[in-house]
Amino acid sequence: MTVQPPIAMLAELTHRCPLSCPYCSNPVELALQDRELDTDQWRDIFQQAGRLGVLQLHLSGGEPASRRDLLELVTAAREAGLYTNLITSGIGLTEKRLKALDEAGLDHVQLSLQGTDAMMADQIGGYKGGFDRKMQVARWIGEIGFPLTLNAVLHRRNLHQLPRALEMAVEMGARRIEVATVQFHGWALKNRDALMPTPEQAREADRIVKESRTRLKGTLVIDYVPADYHSDFPKRCMGGWGTTGLNVSPDGQVLPCHAAQTIPHLKFDNVREKSLHEIWYEGEAFNTYRGTDWMQEPCQSCENKLKDFGGCRCQAMALVGDAAATDPVCTKSPHHGALQTRAEEHSHNDTAEMIYRGTPGRSQRTKPKEPV
Amino acid sequence: MIDPSDIPYLPRGVRVHFDKVRDNWVLLAPERALTLDPIGHAILSEIDGNRTFQAITETLSAKYNAPAEQIAKDSAGFLSALQGRRFLEVQT
Repeated sequence: MTVQPPIAMLAELTHRCPLSCPYCSNPVELALQDRELDTDQWRDIFQQAGRLGVLQLHLSGGEPASRRDLLELVTAAREAGLYTNLITSGIGLTEKRLKALDEAGLDHVQLSLQGTDAMMADQIGGYKGGFDRKMQVARWIGEIGFPLTLNAVLHRRNLHQLPRALEMAVEMGARRIEVATVQFHGWALKNRDALMPTPEQAREADRIVKESRTRLKGTLVIDYVPADYHSDFPKRCMGGWGTTGLNVSPDGQVLPCHAAQTIPHLKFDNVREKSLHEIWYEGEAFNTYRGTDWMQEPCQSCENKLKDFGGCRCQAMALVGDAAATDPVCTKSPHHGALQTRAEEHSHNDTAEMIYRGTPGRSQRTKPKEPV
Repeated sequence: MIDPSDIPYLPRGVRVHFDKVRDNWVLLAPERALTLDPIGHAILSEIDGNRTFQAITETLSAKYNAPAEQIAKDSAGFLSALQGRRFLEVQT
């Protein structure tokens, strides 16, 4: 098969984060701060990415604002010709810093929303005062005029807040909102009992999104990630493994998707040792699930195989124990019925407590931390 | 739908960009990249935030020697689709 150049790159600048959301999709084993790539290494990667064909750069983490050199990194990204997007909780951004990022040419901000009020948001993020701070950051973003996308992660505890989240996006002047039902990757797998939405909640969210898309047409674009354990068709994994995007972890590992490290037999290359070009075109991890040759039945003979690529490889690994299996979200998977039962059970566990994400070097907690 | 007197413009964060690697024009927008065909690129190239939609279609009509009504119809569809995705705004 002919491999096309990637369009998007997710740069995970750090795994450090002031929040400790229980649905964090970063791996359970975080990259340590002293292993993080430095400013010059990232600058070089951005240049390589531009030459490789990357158009969209997403600066993420962890919390990218935890990097002291964020301003230099945005400057470097724009010098490399990349459309530069900052994916942030807002914590760590001051008005002065945002103005400097504006001058450096930052194109767009994606702001996460853990809840629509301080009580919910601070409980989910595990960071008291975080919501108020975020609202202040949202006002600065609006005053500066950055295009804004709000990213609301929804689960059993806050799905009832979806209508308010949509209103808030409009009030903030966001052009777009991502209504992202929690996806269970990385750390989030530990919290399925605490966060799994009920099937009824999932259907209600479908309904609200459908109605709001019509009502808010031309005002707010709604991108929707449905609750896939309760779906019948799998997500199109990364738009096709190794076709569209790549992910660079804080310590320089290059991944086909941000959860790929959960597939234990894959070997990942590091930008400290090889060029991005070589890794994208020749890397073993990228080539393992490219195309369709790796597929088993029922995917191999399925008419949708080029449409959904068999679903999510990491999910097949996590739920069936085989990364080449059909994503069990698919009704054609022999494991689909068992998954539905399991999802239902997770969603009715009323006693599960949230297990908060640790930070590099910290152990896991079940209580929110105090503000620093 | 876009009116003849509307002045279309690309809002902040949306720009036309030449993709050297793929050798084509793209429209870059928040977390999206759209490949532009020559017609789409020709239309967007005329948008300067000063001229009305009518003035733009007349220019295109003269430049490409095509009937203004047909150009207006095709461009309105294209621009309205961009508007729906918030990649284009109009001043009325």
